[in-house]
Amino acid sequence: MVGPSSSHTAGAVRLGQVARSIFGEKPAEVLIELHGSFAETGRGHGTDRALVAGLLGLEPSDERIPDSFNLAREAGLKFTFQDADLGENQHPNTVRFTLTSSNQRMEITGASIGGGMIAITRLDGFPVNLTAEFETLLIVSEDRPGTINAVTGKLLEDHINVAFFNVARDQRGGQAIMIVETDQAVPDALVDYFQKLDWVHAVRKIARLKE
Amino acid sequence: MFTSLQTLIETSDSRHLPLHEIVLQAEVDSSGRSREAVLADMRHRLQTMRASVEKGLSSPVQTLSGLSKGNAYKLWGSLKNTPSPLTGSWLSRAIARAMAVGEVNAGMGCIVATPTAGSAGVLPAVLFTLQEAHRLSDEQLVQALFTAGGIGMVIVNRAHVSGAAGGCQAETGSASAMAAGAAVELLGGSPVQSAHAVALALTNQLGLICDPVAGLVEVPCILRNAGAVAQCFTAADLAMAGIESPIPADEVIDAMERVGGRMDERFRETAQGGLAATPTGRALAQAIWKKTRGEEEHEI
Repeated sequence: MVGPSSSHTAGAVRLGQVARSIFGEKPAEVLIELHGSFAETGRGHGTDRALVAGLLGLEPSDERIPDSFNLAREAGLKFTFQDADLGENQHPNTVRFTLTSSNQRMEITGASIGGGMIAITRLDGFPVNLTAEFETLLIVSEDRPGTINAVTGKLLEDHINVAFFNVARDQRGGQAIMIVETDQAVPDALVDYFQKLDWVHAVRKIARLKE
Repeated sequence: MFTSLQTLIETSDSRHLPLHEIVLQAEVDSSGRSREAVLADMRHRLQTMRASVEKGLSSPVQTLSGLSKGNAYKLWGSLKNTPSPLTGSWLSRAIARAMAVGEVNAGMGCIVATPTAGSAGVLPAVLFTLQEAHRLSDEQLVQALFTAGGIGMVIVNRAHVSGAAGGCQAETGSASAMAAGAAVELLGGSPVQSAHAVALALTNQLGLICDPVAGLVEVPCILRNAGAVAQCFTAADLAMAGIESPIPADEVIDAMERVGGRMDERFRETAQGGLAATPTGRALAQAIWKKTRGEEEHEI
């Protein structure tokens, strides 16, 4: 990894990487709100450059991380930093990304929880827990009976083992979000299959983080 | 996976395999990857470590805050004209290597977190100095990385390795213990001797607080990496002489966990205590933040 801090640098790169995979495309503009220790000492630790580097898809060991602001300009990625109080119960190393492109807008909150490990804690208001320590499938769908069965049944057909499964929804019959952490990577064909189901709104595949 | 050094030693004894082999096989089993792939990753880490040492010794490294100005380069140069430094020829060179990695880390260069970025100087400094002193092969150093990794895993499972959770004892203390256990194995010591070296190294660093000036991984972190190397060499020499720690390594690690848990928050990476809270520490912090905040105004 690139220094100087596993939580403030490597963890920050990973938060940016995962936010970008969840968004699913290159954002045109990102508002990056820093909370707690990220706001107080993040700049000295290069947290700001690391977050932007992650949004560009760089790995924590990439020596171009210190130069990420320039790389972002070249790539046409606009970013703005703000200090924010995201609430008392947030981990001190928390960041909230608001990503926008021509056809979508998404809010992603996550924390660097130590030793380079991360957790995405909120997606567009949904409380979640996504660590990217496994291959992860994220499915946003209608909240209706049979959806979990349909997803796990299809995974079974492809011999994909589910390590952890988490589902949340905003209200009965509203939107539901499934986070499926698997031991094997989910093939793109399967992602397409889920995407085409009429009750599915969006599917994202998040790769397991490398060391 | 490994929750005690005692178990690690017993496994090594019962299977008649060295510590590094036990750790390597466990990693192969738990990751589901091939032995060759796991080894290749570790060889790559050794090369990254070597590059970070060489970078920090061959030119003065510029850190983000400028608090450390190529001290490793300066020391390395001065050693050439110092025939017998008080720390001896090997420890003095190891200290320079540890500081080199610390400076590269503070300058956002590439390092291997062992166990953390802030304590990344200790293990490479010890390994490359042992290689020089005893003509060891790279493959032996790669084996040593597995042993150090196994020790680190025990510490992570029983205590902490981050300054925010357990103070500097958990960072450079753990790094020093990992390096001491690995060094003893490289020097031909037994697994039991390795565990004593772990215990002795940690014993001498219990209670060490984390008090970074301006909250940056720079002062005193880089210097503490140098100190941890000295503690590592001391512990390894004692263990190789057959001297045993009266308190078993697992219990010393448990003691570190309890000390860390009771450590005032000001001494756990918050930059509110110790050196960070001295008048000069605070003044340096203010000057640094003014500078970086100023730079930020015209970003975006």
